Amino acid sequence: MQNTSKHTISFIGLVLILILVFFVNVSLGSVSIPNKDIFNIIFGIHDNLSWKYIVLDYRLPKAFTAIIVGSGLGISGLMMQTLFRNPLAGPFVLGITSGAGLGVAIVTMGASLFGGIFLGVLASKWSIVIAAILGSFLVLLIVLIVSFKVRDAMAILIIGLMFGSISAAAVNVLSYFSSAEELQQYFFWGFGSLGNLSWNELLILFLIYLPGILLSLFTIKALNSLLLGENYAKSLGMNIKQSRLMIIISTSLLAGSITAFAGPIAFIGLAIPHITRQVFSTSNHKILLPAVFLFGAIIMLICDSIAQLPSSEYTLPINAITSLIGAPVVIWLLVRKRKMIF
Amino acid sequence: MDTQKKHSVLKTKNLSIGYRSKKESTLIGSNINIELHKGELVGLVGANGIGKSTLLRSLTNVQAKLDGHIYINGITLDRYSSLELAKVLSLVLTEPIFSKNLTVYELVALGRQPYTNWIGNFSKEDTLIINKALNQINIESLKHKKCFELSDGQLQKVMIARALAQDTDLIILDEPTTHLDMYHKAYILKLLQRLARETGKTILFSSHEIDLAIQLCDKMIVMSENNVVSDTPCNLISHGTFESLFPNDLISFDKKTGSFRVKK
Repeated sequence: MQNTSKHTISFIGLVLILILVFFVNVSLGSVSIPNKDIFNIIFGIHDNLSWKYIVLDYRLPKAFTAIIVGSGLGISGLMMQTLFRNPLAGPFVLGITSGAGLGVAIVTMGASLFGGIFLGVLASKWSIVIAAILGSFLVLLIVLIVSFKVRDAMAILIIGLMFGSISAAAVNVLSYFSSAEELQQYFFWGFGSLGNLSWNELLILFLIYLPGILLSLFTIKALNSLLLGENYAKSLGMNIKQSRLMIIISTSLLAGSITAFAGPIAFIGLAIPHITRQVFSTSNHKILLPAVFLFGAIIMLICDSIAQLPSSEYTLPINAITSLIGAPVVIWLLVRKRKMIF
Repeated sequence: MDTQKKHSVLKTKNLSIGYRSKKESTLIGSNINIELHKGELVGLVGANGIGKSTLLRSLTNVQAKLDGHIYINGITLDRYSSLELAKVLSLVLTEPIFSKNLTVYELVALGRQPYTNWIGNFSKEDTLIINKALNQINIESLKHKKCFELSDGQLQKVMIARALAQDTDLIILDEPTTHLDMYHKAYILKLLQRLARETGKTILFSSHEIDLAIQLCDKMIVMSENNVVSDTPCNLISHGTFESLFPNDLISFDKKTGSFRVKK
């Protein structure tokens, strides 16, 4: 019971940190705006139009995107790791991201292959989103079907990586046939970016993200029983097929929509659940899920603040920053824990 | 006769078990008729590869039976939904649990899953039953330990507590004594005997500890190549059932001590 109160304190702390890094994130950028003015702008009492525009139409949606991306990828990583019983699982490793990438490649670069009729329809933002979600859902489904046949977790991971290679090869073929502008469009998507979303696009992202998050809440009980292994979960009356499907749909809604809007953000999905387990020292998903949400949001906001290169006019690709933070975490985990504790 | 029928927790009628693939089915055992009553401790013994695990898997609906009938509390096994089955039958398996980062309390509490709501919140009754299960196995002091800190024997006790918390009429354990030293083998089986007496639950386990099972079980199921016999240990000894259990070139059964001896 003392565990619960300890966790409550941690949660309050995390929420406070989240609010803090949110404001830090909004107050940093290539144009330096004093903190006092930022508060005034947010609460609607300021009249410097260009500052107002920068804060309200660029920095705020970017910060909210960071929260959605970090929390969504973290939670889908957590669900994947428990479902596949593999600490190295995540949307990126299992080929979900590359599936989404292939989908996006087909709409951005395949337009010339499919002929001019589709051009107008295919190039819209919506079609990128739908293609990314379909691509990620397809790959996840194939990986899952394979996982029914292959029990070995390492084999499933390698199969996921193979799907990554297949997608990459398909993207290569597509890029060979496409124009410079189409190539550029795809590669900019591939760098990952949190700052490209207008309020309207953010709303669309949120509308796909929200059911994904809500669905993930309904998988908590199933995820906890999966901690014992599938046979025990079954003996506890859990409907394995239904739960698997729910986890997959939730993951593809989250990872698919985020990848579609923000590009393939590397390592967040893999690293955040591990960092959370280290700090909270529990496997109980009732605690892990909200904690991963907060950690994901916080770390993504920090990564984005770093990527902004405060007070300089350059913005680094967000993908580079998340990898710089995520990859060492994974290396550290593998070196430190010869035995992987989940 | 009537009262007998009422207390029958697990019953099979002309049960055939084995594997069925698209082309052919491999028969492992047939004509299996066993009946377990309330509060009985039942040991399932047999040589390696004779089909003990297959029988347990068929009884717990993990694997489809080939033919015949299985009744739990008088109702055909097929009629149970997985959730209903989870409320009458709990398992302790040989496979290791996937996450050892759970605390003992959390692991035992998972036994309440069939009874909790969509997000798994515990009612007062749930908490009461979890604590009672910890108490019955005497592992309250381990409550806040992580599972990776436990010895094999302790972990096995925790897994039994989890099955108890599931509060089912029937508990089935697949080789609960493997990997344990002689003392803990006896300890676990003695514990199962006490639980069957105290809680009135029917406990079925498979084991290679034939001599311990003979001393502790109310009933034993002996699987050999040709048939499956179930009776009290005393009757089984006097009928000479154990002699036919193994090839008799190396070991032989000593009726007086109820144990196997290596031939000199």
